[in-house]
Amino acid sequence: MLSSQDMQEAAAHGRSVKAVYVYEAPVRLWHWVNALAISVLALSGWFIASPLPSQPGEASDNFLMGYIRFAHFAAGYVLLVGFIGRVYWAFVGNHHARQLFVLPIFNGTWWKEVVFELRWYLFLERDPKKYVGHNPLAQFSMFTLFLTTTLFMIVTGFALYGEGTLEGSWSHTLFTSWVIPLFGQSQDVHTWHHLGMWVMGLFVLVHVYAAIREDIMSRQSMVSTMLSGWRLFKDDKP
Amino acid sequence: MVETFYEVMRRQGITRRSFLKYCSLTAASLGLGPAFVPRIAHAMETKPRTPVLWLHGLECTCCSESFIRSAHPLAKDAVLSMISLDYDDTLMASAGHQAEAILEEVMTKYKGNYILAVEGNPPLNQEGMSCIIGGKPFLDQLKHVAKDAKAIISWGSCASWGCVQAAKPNPTQATPIHKVIFDKPIIKVPGCPPIAEVMTGVITYMLTFDRLPELDRQGRPKMFYGQRIHDKCYRRPHFDAGQFAEAWDDEGSRRGYCLYKMGCKGPTTYNACSTVRWNGGVSFPIQSGHGCIGCSEDGFWDKGSFYDRVTDIQQFGVEANADQVGGAALGVVGAAVVAHAAVSAIKQSQNKSGNDKSGNDQ
Repeated sequence: MLSSQDMQEAAAHGRSVKAVYVYEAPVRLWHWVNALAISVLALSGWFIASPLPSQPGEASDNFLMGYIRFAHFAAGYVLLVGFIGRVYWAFVGNHHARQLFVLPIFNGTWWKEVVFELRWYLFLERDPKKYVGHNPLAQFSMFTLFLTTTLFMIVTGFALYGEGTLEGSWSHTLFTSWVIPLFGQSQDVHTWHHLGMWVMGLFVLVHVYAAIREDIMSRQSMVSTMLSGWRLFKDDKP
Repeated sequence: MVETFYEVMRRQGITRRSFLKYCSLTAASLGLGPAFVPRIAHAMETKPRTPVLWLHGLECTCCSESFIRSAHPLAKDAVLSMISLDYDDTLMASAGHQAEAILEEVMTKYKGNYILAVEGNPPLNQEGMSCIIGGKPFLDQLKHVAKDAKAIISWGSCASWGCVQAAKPNPTQATPIHKVIFDKPIIKVPGCPPIAEVMTGVITYMLTFDRLPELDRQGRPKMFYGQRIHDKCYRRPHFDAGQFAEAWDDEGSRRGYCLYKMGCKGPTTYNACSTVRWNGGVSFPIQSGHGCIGCSEDGFWDKGSFYDRVTDIQQFGVEANADQVGGAALGVVGAAVVAHAAVSAIKQSQNKSGNDKSGNDQ
């Protein structure tokens, strides 16, 4: 469903809406940098928990775990900085940039739309609706699966990082000092951080599938929108 | 007249030279500079011995066994000279009513000035019947003695976290000290058992400086529990290089490679084993070829196998680790996605042919 703001934008440009500029450049840049960071984090994280076979030769000739851990920590920093930048853009960007962070749970119409989208995904609706930003169901899963998992991974991740950088480091002060006592000990934080990776994997699976499926079956562009920023509509019907 | 530490030591036949040696060793083991040696000596020469009452709840006595093997200082010096260990039902000569009488005597004479050391913990179920001391539940004795104590030392993982008797399902409801005593400073010295030198080191610090050692958020002395075993492990270079023992009898194991893949809990365990070591600095588990089991961490019995790196998650009811749970979830959702995609494709082609038909009709 087109929001009132979109309709006004549309009216200013003539009656039928063919294309709307949705994702501004910083949002698109963040999306792809973030996707890359998550890929590196998942891969390097996997090999931290289950290391590769032993390296031959002297210990001083090898630094494989060191490099894998470096990649993990570096990508973690990229994820954190990107996330802070994304939060900043939610304040200064267009109203679509805020959609990730706010769930309109007190809006009855929005819940009706969630149900409609559920019915669409269960093949109970013949024709999909038009959405400029995320459809309500997508917004719901973005918030619950992606946003909360990302926050959880940042907090637990930097808490574990702070164990190595020790007391006095920013990550120890901000995270380790309360996260480890909260979980009881370090091993549980490791376990839940590891589970978080799988939740993020689930999100990526559903996210990529839904984006490609909607690109084909819905009435608007999906994948190209995250590249160009423009949402294109396939028909003139409302 | 109350004797000072120095007087007692001299009475024991310790020369002044040995006494000063002991002071510098203590300073070194506490991580203090040489400037503190005279301060330690001065404190021991002038301060009266602090009485320590050592209670035993539900425990296995491994803390006591460790304590009496302390090398720096020797347990003999610790018990006979440093502290005035006035009550310890495992070590003391007297028994029965005589022993209990000493408890009351110290509590009145040194009200608010004695240290209470607790080994083990009180069980709360069945009105505490699982641990009876002198005809009464241990919880009664503990609360009674804690009332006038200056500070409490929780010896070992039992007193600090609960340890094996508190492992799931914890039938006796064994409960760590900080969950039954709330109005006294509590120093946790976890480990199963704690390192002997850590135990005597904590006591020496408290006597020397007349204050508690600096504690972390979980109540452990920072000087011994500030870093993980992994951070100071002599096998750490093999970890960073990616060289691991993959089986107990493989080449990597013989070469002394990192035991991470064998489930070593060094990376998640805060203790001083890799620096202070055990039995007078002879060795520690990893040096003897076995991974750390994380005995000084909260709930270490309930964290799955000692030999797994990614350990089991109890919350899921079945024995499964993060990879099994996550893999299963991903598999189910993945299958659902494939099925959904297939149905979508069919629907799409139906819609298309339907649209074509309606187009033809017009």
